[in-house]
Amino acid sequence: MAPPKDTEKKQDARDVIEVRDFNFAYGNAQALFDVNMDIKDKEVTAFIGPSGCGKSTFLRCFNRMNDLIDIARITGGSVKINGIDIYGKEIDVIELRKHIGMVFQKSNPFPKSIYDNIAYGLRIQGIKKKNVLDDVVEECLRGAALWDEVKDRLHESALGMSGGQQQRLCIARALAVKPQILLMDEPCSALDPIATAKVEELIHSLKRDYTIVIVTHNMQQAARVSDRTAFFYLGKLIEYDVTDTIFMNPNNEQTEAYVSGRFG
Amino acid sequence: MAAQKERHLYAFRPSRKRMIEGATQWFFRLATYVVILAAGYLFANIAWNGSKAVFTTSAPFINTDFLTQKPQTLHVYEPKEAVEEQAKINAEQIRLRRERNNLGSAEKEASLAIKEELKALQSRYDALDVIRKDKRLLYSDTEYRALESTPQEDQYAYSNYAYSGGGVGPAIIGTILLVMGSISIALTLGVLCAVYLSEYSRPGKVLQIIRLSILNLSGVPSIVFGLFGFGMFVLFFGWGVSMLAGWFTLAIMVLPVIITASEESMRAIPKGFREGSLALGASKWTTIRTNVLPYALPGILTSSIMGIARVAGETAPIMFTAAFALRDQLPWEGLSTWTDFFFQGVMALPYHIYVVSAKIPQNEYTRTMQYGAAFVFLVIVGFFALSSIILRIRIRKKYRW
Repeated sequence: MAPPKDTEKKQDARDVIEVRDFNFAYGNAQALFDVNMDIKDKEVTAFIGPSGCGKSTFLRCFNRMNDLIDIARITGGSVKINGIDIYGKEIDVIELRKHIGMVFQKSNPFPKSIYDNIAYGLRIQGIKKKNVLDDVVEECLRGAALWDEVKDRLHESALGMSGGQQQRLCIARALAVKPQILLMDEPCSALDPIATAKVEELIHSLKRDYTIVIVTHNMQQAARVSDRTAFFYLGKLIEYDVTDTIFMNPNNEQTEAYVSGRFG
Repeated sequence: MAAQKERHLYAFRPSRKRMIEGATQWFFRLATYVVILAAGYLFANIAWNGSKAVFTTSAPFINTDFLTQKPQTLHVYEPKEAVEEQAKINAEQIRLRRERNNLGSAEKEASLAIKEELKALQSRYDALDVIRKDKRLLYSDTEYRALESTPQEDQYAYSNYAYSGGGVGPAIIGTILLVMGSISIALTLGVLCAVYLSEYSRPGKVLQIIRLSILNLSGVPSIVFGLFGFGMFVLFFGWGVSMLAGWFTLAIMVLPVIITASEESMRAIPKGFREGSLALGASKWTTIRTNVLPYALPGILTSSIMGIARVAGETAPIMFTAAFALRDQLPWEGLSTWTDFFFQGVMALPYHIYVVSAKIPQNEYTRTMQYGAAFVFLVIVGFFALSSIILRIRIRKKYRW
């Protein structure tokens, strides 16, 4: 059972991400239309919507992962994180991504040992001291509720783990660089219900320290883990509100149709 | 009743279609066997004939002279009587054969008689051959010069054969140097190029044209590269016939293979590794260094194996640029400055095989050298390839996903 929501108490929480009139296109195909959204600090925000509605694209805009796609471009609007326009001048994508971690749909642990996977983020920053790395690895694995399962095989290949463990390892790996925001792109889509439950539990415990944005296909999951939910349809943000409102008492007909399972 | 087979639902029912299917399978199998047989015969032939030059019957069983000495003229003294009689038999055999050919098909008996006669002559010839081989004296050039007195001329018939004495030492060393140098150049340039093409370049028309031209380059005949290297490095750069010119010519020849294969193996690495690394705040180059190149290494090594086999085996590109038919000194001998090392021509096994098999007449003395050189060459290429394969397997074990 999900713990009771504490959204009301944090109604006036700070806006970490502010999106204004955001437009985004792949080549000539417009993918996002005039999205406006404020994501609050230390909350879980879920993006739901049918396939191809632009929710993953939107998520990948927050750490500029879309830069990797050549034809992708911003056609208007802005994304501000902590008040800084991340598409502005003098933004170092590398620095940005250190502060905004990401977990992908398909778990992608590197074909190295569990230890090396976690230490990777620090090692590329030039931190090589063994005791520092040891501490961070343990801290992150504990943070991802994985420590007890893997503490005896830290130096074995990460690919020998189960799918759910791999995904939690990816979360732990993202935590190692101490991000402020954690983006999750359908983290449970390839996991069985038990592994999914573990990841959801983890998301709950991470909420205290991180702002989490999660894309999910699974509406029950959105209802279980998130404080706020945004419903996307055909590249437009249809409705964005407190999760309970979206699921119990939506303002928009399309939202209601979608969350009640009548389409999508 | 008993004769009639029970036909149940899943019983085999012969039909035209099934027959064709069976025949097709056999056709494929036969084709494979033919290829294996041909290759097997080739290798067995070279190994069998070549082993006569490379191995000896007494300890240490390996003919070290052949592997270390430079090619020399072989001086042969054969027992005069045997040689002269063999020559007579040869002439007689030719005369008889011609006679038999002139006989009509009706004269069967006469033809049979000639056949018998030929047989008798051949057995005498073989008997003489044994005596000749037993009593003959073989000297390599150095041995010949050291002789205090040559064998008596009334007992021995003298003849000499170029390149048939000594060994292939300088050619082995030259081949190894050429392979190592050109593969180092080709791998460095090729991997840099492949990294750029697969990781940095923007996909589009230009990239496709570049890729296509690289691919086409691998189909260019090696003699064209040889001429290019001759014009560019030997003449224009003025390096002369030198190891350096050979390195670059060979490197350019195998570059397309290495670039294509390396790029392919880099692009086969799942996007997730790159994204995972970039999302952790790694720079592009860090990502490539830690999460692309290591996993692509087995593929790159595979391409280098193909490259080594080609570099080691090609004669045409080095014919004009790097290879000497005969060189008295080893590459590190007689250098006035260290840079001379790069600007000297070397002997190379493929060119040596070409010279001994195309430029000098064939007989029993040259044949040993020809097959011996070919055998040594196969062993060297096999050794290079094997070490790359072992390396590849080790790396693949380390990074498996």
